[in-house]
Formats: sequence, C-alpha cells, structure tokens
Amino acid sequence: MTSLSISHAHVATDILPARQAPPIKRMPLLKMLFGDILSAALTTGALMTILALMPAVQWGLVDATWTTADPAACRDGGACWAFVGAKLRFILFGLYPPEAQWRPMIMMGLMVGMVLVSLSPALWGRKLVIAWQVAVAMMLTLMWGGVAGLSFVPTSQWGGLPVTLLLALLSLGCGFPFAVFLALGRRSSLPIPSVLSVGLIETVRGLPLVGLLFVASILLPLLLPPTWTIDKLGRTFAALTVFAAAYLAEVIRGGLQAIPAGQIEAAKALGIPHWKAIQHIVMPQAIQKVIPPLTNTAIVMVKNTSLVMIVGVFDMLSAGRSAAMDPTWPAPYREAYLFVGLIYFALCVAISYYARWLELRVKAKDYR
Amino acid sequence: MLFALWDNRRIRNNVIQVLLFAGFAGLLFWLWSNTAANLAARGIRVGFDYLNRQANFPISESVLPYDPSDTFGWAYVIGVTNTAVISLTAIIISTFIGLVIALVRLSNNPLASKMAALFVGVIRNMPLIVQLLFWYALATTVLPAPRLAFNPLPGFYLSLRGLYVPAISLGPQAGPFAAACLAVLIAAVIMRRLAPISAWSLSKWVLLGGLAVAAVVLLRPSVSFPELKGFNFIGGLRLSPEFAALMLGLVLYTSVFISEVIRGGIEAVSRGQWEAGRALGLSERHVMFRIIIPQALRIIVPPMTSQYLSTVKNTTLALAVGYPELGLVVGTVINQTGQAIESISILLAVFLTISIAVSMFMNWYNAHVALVTR
Amino acid sequence: MRSKLLGVGFLLTSMLSAGLSPALAGPTLDAVKARGFLKCASSQGTVGFGAPDEKGYWRGLDVETCRAVAVAIFNDKDKVEFVPLSGQQRVPALQTGEIDILPRTFTWTLRRDANGLNFTTPNYYEFTGFMMPKALGVTKVEDMSGASVCVQTGSTTEVVANDVSKEHNLGLKPVVFENSSAVSQAFFSGRCDALITDAAALASIRATSAKNPDDYIIFPATRFMDALTPAVRHGDDQWLDIVNWSIQALIAGEQLGVTQANVSEMQKSEDPRVKRFLGVEPGNGAALGLDEKFAANIIAQLGNYGKMFDRNVGKDSPLKLERGANRLYSDGGLMFPLAFQ
Repeated sequence: MTSLSISHAHVATDILPARQAPPIKRMPLLKMLFGDILSAALTTGALMTILALMPAVQWGLVDATWTTADPAACRDGGACWAFVGAKLRFILFGLYPPEAQWRPMIMMGLMVGMVLVSLSPALWGRKLVIAWQVAVAMMLTLMWGGVAGLSFVPTSQWGGLPVTLLLALLSLGCGFPFAVFLALGRRSSLPIPSVLSVGLIETVRGLPLVGLLFVASILLPLLLPPTWTIDKLGRTFAALTVFAAAYLAEVIRGGLQAIPAGQIEAAKALGIPHWKAIQHIVMPQAIQKVIPPLTNTAIVMVKNTSLVMIVGVFDMLSAGRSAAMDPTWPAPYREAYLFVGLIYFALCVAISYYARWLELRVKAKDYR
Repeated sequence: MLFALWDNRRIRNNVIQVLLFAGFAGLLFWLWSNTAANLAARGIRVGFDYLNRQANFPISESVLPYDPSDTFGWAYVIGVTNTAVISLTAIIISTFIGLVIALVRLSNNPLASKMAALFVGVIRNMPLIVQLLFWYALATTVLPAPRLAFNPLPGFYLSLRGLYVPAISLGPQAGPFAAACLAVLIAAVIMRRLAPISAWSLSKWVLLGGLAVAAVVLLRPSVSFPELKGFNFIGGLRLSPEFAALMLGLVLYTSVFISEVIRGGIEAVSRGQWEAGRALGLSERHVMFRIIIPQALRIIVPPMTSQYLSTVKNTTLALAVGYPELGLVVGTVINQTGQAIESISILLAVFLTISIAVSMFMNWYNAHVALVTR
Repeated sequence: MRSKLLGVGFLLTSMLSAGLSPALAGPTLDAVKARGFLKCASSQGTVGFGAPDEKGYWRGLDVETCRAVAVAIFNDKDKVEFVPLSGQQRVPALQTGEIDILPRTFTWTLRRDANGLNFTTPNYYEFTGFMMPKALGVTKVEDMSGASVCVQTGSTTEVVANDVSKEHNLGLKPVVFENSSAVSQAFFSGRCDALITDAAALASIRATSAKNPDDYIIFPATRFMDALTPAVRHGDDQWLDIVNWSIQALIAGEQLGVTQANVSEMQKSEDPRVKRFLGVEPGNGAALGLDEKFAANIIAQLGNYGKMFDRNVGKDSPLKLERGANRLYSDGGLMFPLAFQ
C-alpha cells in the first residue's frame, strides 16, 4: 500500500477522538454469589461442604489434644496430636541409632542448604554441579559412617525423612544424564538408537512403579552375577532412577523439539561437529526451556518415593505407620498419615511455588 | 585410512549403531546368562506349570467367582478382572467429578472456585498411597462394629464390614437374556445405519418396550436383603471398606488431575469463541457445552489418555489397603509358590498390554477427533 | 555439559561400589568371613522373634538363633546385620545371596525345601492359631462360622485358613493384607472378627499391639503343628552343617546342663559328653571348619536354648508363652539334642 489515495464513501475519514477506557465493571459480591440460579446453587453447595467439614475441624482442632506425655490423656472425640510430638523422632528418623541422630540432621541441613543455594539461576553452572557432587558424597558418608570415627550404620537402619529426601534427590540426579541420552536417542534419525530409546522409555512409562519396585527388590538379584549384592535400598534406588530417567527423558524431548532446526543447521554451517553442537548449543537451550516441567517431574518423584513402603524400605510413611502401631496410644493412624501427608504437601508446594517463580523469571528475561 | 573412514558420516553412524545394538544385545545376553546360572546354582525351577495347580489361598473379594480350590492361573484372572473393575469405575467416576471440579473452578462464583482450587491443591500435593492409607484408617476407626451398624434405610447397613445394600438377583435366564439384549443392540445399531430417521424413532420405542416386558417375564428378579447372622451380614450386595477406601482415594486423586486437564483445555480455547457464542445469543451453558468443550476436547484427549493410564497403574497401590488387585495376587502367589520370575513377568506383561492397548485406542480416537473437526 | 555427565557418572560408580560388597565368593563360610559379618533376614517387627528395641538393637528368638551362628564363626554375637524382609522378599533374598540365613518364623514345607532351599534344625514348633476378642464369646474353631478373618500373605497361614474353613464348613471370610502392621491395624480396629497366624506370633501381636491383652483369646486353628526352621541356600553343605550345629549347640547345651553362668566351670567337668561339647576334647570344631570352642562360646554369649526361650518368648518376656512342644524330648517336648561327637 503506497498511500491513502483510495477513498470510499462509507469509510469515515475523520479520526475519532480517543475515549476513556470503560471502567471495569466490578460485580457486587452478593451478585457473584447469588446472581443466578447456578451461582446460588454453587454457593449453597460450597457452604454445605464447609458445614459438612465441620466435624473434621472439630476433630482436628477443637477437640484435639496437643501436648501431653500421657497417652491416656488423649480424649476419644479429638485428634491426638500429642502422639506426633511424642513419636516425632521415630517418624522422622526411623531406626537410625539415636546417639548418631545428629548425622542425618546435618545431612538434611546440608541438603536444604544446597537446595537453597541452587535456587537462583544466576549460580547455575559447572561449579554448582561439582559442589553438588561433593555435597552428595558428604551426605552419604554422614549417613553410612564407617570412616573418620563415625560408626557404621547399614542402610537397613536408615529410615524416615532422610531416606525419602535422599531417594527423591538422587533418583532425579542420577536419572538425569540417562534421560538426556534417552531423549537424544529418541530424537535421533538413526533407527537403532531411536528404537532402543523409544522401547525403553515406553516400557518403563507403561509399567506401574510398584511393578518396577517388585522387579528391583525381588528379581534384580537373580539377574546379576552372584558376586554382586546390592542391598534393598540400593535396588529400590535403582528402580526409582530408571523410572525418573524415563519420565525426565520425555520432558527433555519436549525441550529438544522446541529448538528450531535452524540452530543445528547454523552450527553445521559454522563447521561445528554434530555432537559439539548438541552439547553446547541444543542441550543448554532445551534444558532451559523445560525447567518448569522438570520441577513437575520433581514433584512426582517426591510423591513416588512413598511407594517404597510397599517393598519394605523404611521411609517416612512406613515409620509413621509403625509409630501408630504402639498400643499405648489410641490407634492414631489418622494423625500419623495426616502428619506425613503434611510433610509431603509442604515439600511439593514448595517445589511448585519455586517453579512458578522460575517461570516468571524465564519469561522476564533470557538468562544465560 | 581408518580416520578417513571415521570421517565418513554414514560409515560412522553405522558403526555407532552396530556398537549400540551389540551392546544392548550383550547386556540382554549377560542378564539372561546370569539368571540361568543363578537358577541352576540355587536349584530353582522355572516354568508355568504351576498355573494349573490348586491355589489354596483365599482372595477376599472378586467380581468373578473364586474359590481357593481354583487354580493359580484363575487367581491371576481374578486379579486382572479386579484391577480392570477398579480402574474402569475410578476412571468413569473421576471423569465426571473432574469435569464438575473444572467447571466450578472456572465459574464466576468466587467462594466455590476458591474452594475447588484449595481442594485441588491439597489433593494433588500429597502422595496417593498416603491418602489411601488415611481413608482406610478413617473407615476402620469411624465406622461402627457390625452389631451397631448404621441403618439409614431399611436394608441398608453401614459398618466396619462395609456397606450392605439389598441385592436384586436374577433368575437362571439372566445369561440368555443378556445375550438377547446384545443381539438387539447390534440389530438396533445396524437398523440405525440403514433405516431412515423417522422409522428409527418409532422402532426405538417398540424395541425398548419389548425388552422391558421380556426382562420382567424372563428374569423374575428377586430382592435379597442383608441381615446380621452370627458375626456378619448375610445376603445383599456388599461394598467392602477396602474397596470403598481405595475407590474414594483413587477417585479424588484422579479427578483432581483430570479437572486440571479439562481446565487447561477449556482455557486454551480462545476467548473469541466465548464472545462469538454470546454474540449469537447462546446461553452460557450452551456456549460451554456446544462450542467450548467440543473444541477443548481435542486439546484434552492426549493428556487425558495419560491420566487414564496412570489411574490404571495407580490401582497397584491397592495392595496397601488390602484390596486384592493383580499386585496383591502376584505377591501372594510369590509367597505360596516362590515362582517370582513368572509372577512378576505376568504382572508386567498385563500392564504393558493395557498401556499399549490404551495408547493405541487413544491414538485412533485422537486421529478420529482431529479428522472430524477439520 | 560433559563435565556434568562425567561427574554424575563418577557419583554413580562410587555409589554402586559402596553398595556392592563381595559375597558368595565360593562357599558361604569364606564369603561371610571375608565380609566380616553375617547377614540374616528378620521379620519387619515381631516382638519376641525378631524386632529392634528402642535403641535399634535386634532382639528375639530368631535373631538370637542367628547370633549363635555369628558366635560360632566370629566368637562375637554382634557381627550380624539384620535385613528386614517381607514375605515375598525373603525366599528370593536367600536364594540370591542377599542374606546367609533365613531364620524368620519360616515353616518347613516340602515345596520350599525342594525349590532352592535347605532347612536346618527347627528352633520353634507351634500351631497356627486364631486370636479373637473375648467379647465375641468364641473359644474354639467350630464356633467361628461366618467370621471374617484377617490374614497376612506370605505365610502358610493363608492355606491353613482355607483348610480350616473347608474342614469345619465355616465359610470364613478372609481379608488379606500383605503387611504385618496393616493386618494388625485392621484386626484391632474391628475390621475382622479374628486374626490368623502362628500362635506365637499372635501372642507377640497381643502383647505388643493390644490395648488390653487380656481382652483377647488365642486358640489353635488346627491339630497339626508346624516346625519353624531357619533355612539356608541349596548347594553349600558345609554352611548347612555350621548352621545346624550352631542351633544344636543351644539345644544340647540345655540337655547337658551347660548354662551361661556355669560354662567356664563346666570346662573342668569329667563327663566325656560335656568335654566333647565344650571342645575340651577337640575334634568337633575342626570337622566343621570352626573354632574348637564354638559351642562353649555360643553358650557363654547367649545361654542355652531354655534360657533363650524364657528370655525372648517365655516366662521372662512380655509374651509369657508356655514351653509346650518346645521342651526337650526328655521333658516331653520335641527338641532333640544330637550327639556332639
């Protein structure tokens, strides 16, 4: 279009003066709640639900016994939160020797510290990866002991929250490199890597985690040479890693797909070898793109660690259940499960808030 | 010379592929030979002949008839059908509840939508197994002993032993009748394809009326009421606390995820569609159900598939609350026979088959939906 | 990127190598000696048979049976690691060498014996029993018609429950769980009328999990008795012998009147049987590849079978079980000491 030479009678030629934007109409609250039949029905339904939940509130808060050393003091009608207080050590640390309990505590402190340090994308880099490796080595040394005057604690005595956190963290961390290769393999144009990757990913994703845990805890020793004995926790960890790898691979594949082909073509044009291009150009961008969905997988894995109870690994959930078995307390199973559920809830919500914050940052600026 | 070969991309790729394949085959062979050596050294027999032996262990509830004198093979079938029943029931109920939650969250009503959001946040951030154990603990601590059962309606009893309701039992002609119904249904479908619409609408009523008459005449349904005899209720239809806790936990958990999928799908439909619908004078409900949801469906189907699949996989957690799905049956069979390899293989094979079948069906459906809309 | 991958690879190998330990290099005894400690299965907490106390120290009859083997090999009852295993895991764990002995309330049956296991010497004989609340007024199996029964998988009790139900035409309604804490939670909440398992395990559950143990009654489910027997892997006869004779040392010690208190004094005994038993007259230890004083060491550290029984499940324990069939044959029981010569 070169100029505005065309003129039609039905097209207005004058430019209208700018008008104020119409004010946002705020619906009055009452109208939102009871404006039409549907809203009224929804409001009534919501109020009814709140009413229906009142006995639970009564049980959990009003009638509850919060602090008592005497199990008999827990009243019949209310929750016995005093039980959680009395059994806190057992639920959090399981069978770990009480005199060495400071070790898992420091371990968790280290883990929380490392996680907090890693939150800021500004610090992501090679150094952080090395720091994590050192930290994980220290965590495992603390848990195992057997060196530097620390008493040896076999994994059969590990338990509670440290096991839950270690399993979630390590299965994600160790699953990640495998996931990268699986994702690259799946995207590969070569038939054999792609078929193998697809087969592995889809098989693992098609199976329930309980099935994988059964394989790891019962079958794995039969599949390995008799000189290799990996203990139960190690095998469970292997199953979780394989599971995490398959799910992470699919997330990373999503990131790879989002990288335009032009990137790799440009690298090729510059004479950069294929693998170098993947390593330095494609992967960093792909991983950046998928960090929000990766946190989703992290939430899934945190929740999935609770399944290890089924193969008899003494995680936080098993510890809670065992604690509730004590007959001196009035069968506080609900309290135990609620408490354990609350810890999981806090972990998962923290991760998802972090994910939201990160996503905003990713949108705000392209950090490199 | 060799370097030159390595520089050739095709040759290099082929070498990599051959090495990869050899490595994978080698790994498989290594695992297989380890297993064979281990089995031989420990004197463990492998084989599926135990499937024909008498199982001798009880299964607490099943859809198909089961007795401990049945075979191990039949016990697996019971496990598979129990898994299928809980999966299907949970999926169907969760889809409805999920849709409701999604619509409530999208509604203009601030109270209802905030409450739905809170509910979703709480349920999706706790592991399913914790929720199942909680519901089961709740069921077994809150419900009364059978002698003190709640009796809200005549014939309805709610106690620790479960919910008992009157059962309608059918006469011996139930089987042939079901077959006849199926035949009529197929005939109706064919008729619908062939016959003009007007003829169809008339014949439909004739068909239904005929079926109703046939049902009463042929089946002679009788009602059995549960009653307390000795320790337990006898008669009627029973819903066990294990089933109830499992279903409650599974449905709440699944419906929350489904509601998120549906909400995402609905929000992905552009606002212009809403506005256009309103401009045409359609009511909100019509816009939602006639314009938005059909379009959202295309976006919803793929993530919904994986939700359904994970629900099927999640049923394995039932073994934590003692509902005898396939996982529990497999565990029991391993205890009884020691045939761990065979039992776990069966478990894995069943789930892989379900997964593959569902994804194939959903792919087909996906293609179907895509074709119809554009 | 590469450094990340390399780093994680390093991490992985270091973890694996820490988790791996040499086992089963040749005969079990050599492997155990090389490792420096014994690995035993334990239950996931059956007080009296195998359960950790508040300090995480494992106690119980099965646990001490295992400790006896550790004393025989290392002369140290604490050189044992206990691996808690569920019902499904225990047999594969033994078969694959994850553990050396399976002493976990394990009934000796033909098919188990034939399929990759060897049973040693029974350390406990007992009935399968039912536990019911006394309030229900049932005292024998015949009255249980229509009762629902909590059953734990992974044991012979499932089969017994079915046999009993058939035999007396009771129509028992099983509620099956795969975990011992789930099954007792269900029973004590009233989900079932009865709980079926080994009578001793029932006593253990009653003593530890019932709010008021006196409210519950235990009665036998069948007239058939089970022999709970520690098992070892098929194919290592030397190891079978060592476990067999470690258990025998406990039983023979009681028969010979050797106790923890008098074991050093008994070294001076003139009785040739006692002399052979305590290794004063050598030969027994060498034959097994153990220390000559292995039996004396076992008694010195753990006491004889009678004391072990009283301490863990008998009159000195919360379980307060009768010796019954577990008395020595000379007292009318089934425990039969073999000749240490």
